[in-house]
Amino acid sequence: MRRPAWLWALALAAYAFLYAPLLVVVVYSFNDSTMNAQWIGFTLDWYRKLFRNEEMLTAAWNSLLIGVVSSAVATVLGTMAGYAMYRFRLRLLPLMVVAPIAIPEILMGVSLLIFFVMIDLTLGMVSIMLAHIAFCIGFVAIVVRARLAGLDDSLTEAARDLGATPWQAFRLVTLPLIMPGVVAGALMAFTLSIDDFVITFFTAGPDSKTLPLVIYTMVKITVTPEVNAVSTLLMLVTLALILIASRLSPGSLKAR
Amino acid sequence: MGKRWHKWLIGGPPLLYLTVFFAIPTLIMLVASFRHPGEFGGLAPILTEDEAGRRLDLTTENYVRFFSDLLYAQLFLKSLWYALVTTLLCLLVAYPLALLIARSPKRYRDVLLLLVILPFWSNFLIRVYAWIIILGPQSVFLGAFNDLIGLAGLAPVQVLYTPAAVVIGLVYVHLPFMVLPLYANLEKHDPALLDAAQDLGANAWNRFWRVTFPLSLPGVYAGGALVFIPAFGIFAIPDILGGTGGTMIGNVIKQQFLDSRDWPFGSVLSMVLTVVAVALAGLAAWFARRSRL
Repeated sequence: MRRPAWLWALALAAYAFLYAPLLVVVVYSFNDSTMNAQWIGFTLDWYRKLFRNEEMLTAAWNSLLIGVVSSAVATVLGTMAGYAMYRFRLRLLPLMVVAPIAIPEILMGVSLLIFFVMIDLTLGMVSIMLAHIAFCIGFVAIVVRARLAGLDDSLTEAARDLGATPWQAFRLVTLPLIMPGVVAGALMAFTLSIDDFVITFFTAGPDSKTLPLVIYTMVKITVTPEVNAVSTLLMLVTLALILIASRLSPGSLKAR
Repeated sequence: MGKRWHKWLIGGPPLLYLTVFFAIPTLIMLVASFRHPGEFGGLAPILTEDEAGRRLDLTTENYVRFFSDLLYAQLFLKSLWYALVTTLLCLLVAYPLALLIARSPKRYRDVLLLLVILPFWSNFLIRVYAWIIILGPQSVFLGAFNDLIGLAGLAPVQVLYTPAAVVIGLVYVHLPFMVLPLYANLEKHDPALLDAAQDLGANAWNRFWRVTFPLSLPGVYAGGALVFIPAFGIFAIPDILGGTGGTMIGNVIKQQFLDSRDWPFGSVLSMVLTVVAVALAGLAAWFARRSRL
């Protein structure tokens, strides 16, 4: 393999570019200064403030609730979609699954805003969940579909030959085999939902702030080091989720 | 499992869900782009009643407004330009990374790749916000540099709240979208091709430029589309890192929907954005397919 020194140097610079901002945020979350400019000294004050911040805690709870419900529903629907795409010829389904991923996110946000107002649905937790499910289905379907493609069809056929009904063959043979893909899809849907800003921005009501919405407001109006503390905590949570995911299904992380 | 109803039993529910919460809203927005704005924002009633009776009240004036005001065409061109520069810079940064990972021993590849994806998993806004700290005029990074050039009598460099900051943020956030398809392509290259080129007398540069790069074009186009489309329509990055001069088309769409509350015109802008983005992605896909021949 040819890996000359300049290639290493350029790649290292790229890795530094990827990690420097995250490192800066973590370091500054312990900075005893109300400005993000200079390092004054070590403090845990921003974390203390965070846990007394009512708005932030409510938003975190909202995000969690939306993430759990949306990813659960999206995983079921996405798995069905992935399976249907693999097994049957449904011309419209692949298009409908990929389109929400392929078009600019803002389109989905504003069109759902118009739609929800039109059908008189109050913007809030429910509208956010309905929107999140819609954009998560595709990601789950693609991961599950990829997992199915690597599957040996003769296993299901063997189950059928031994007298299993199609449902039994699916539940007892196919589903356990594609489970790592389903779990990876579920975790991906959960992270996408927790992280989503654009679509949530348009489909959230005034009383249904999620964590990204609160962070956006904080970042836009008053840059306090409290943001650094939330960010550091969120990074830790994400890291933990990734570690769990890689334990559950090695190799599934490549899917994203 | 060949029964016809099985297909609808399994494929039906997700199809129905996406029809209701994706296809129908998109169609409604298409119709909304031909409606009148409501008196207090939103949309005016779609049916009007006059002497001739009830009829659909649709108009093309929103599109006329779009095409007659050069401001919007300029805004689109500017956003296109930002997205294009972002795509090219992403390619420049991502290529060495993808190449290094693809040419690393198999057992290190997953770790090196994971290191690229890992930052991508943390919240998008946080990754953008981090650049406020780094690019701020008093930051440890730029501050020291500004002090230094201050000694030489030069004016301090302002990066935050300029278009440059927007592009840095755009490149940073979209980088993994470029690395992944590039890596997927480069990983499949047969090293024997490089050996053959070397035997025929090609130096390192020629081996890269005349063998590796042309073979990687499908990956370049795929990554290009994956970076370009989201970068084109974004509004949060210009909002956070750009000043008044950094506004992109996404910001104006957001304004139309939330501040001006002119939904029909916002719909026009969204439709044009989508058509342009999808057309350019289609072009990239077409190039990718052609370069594979």
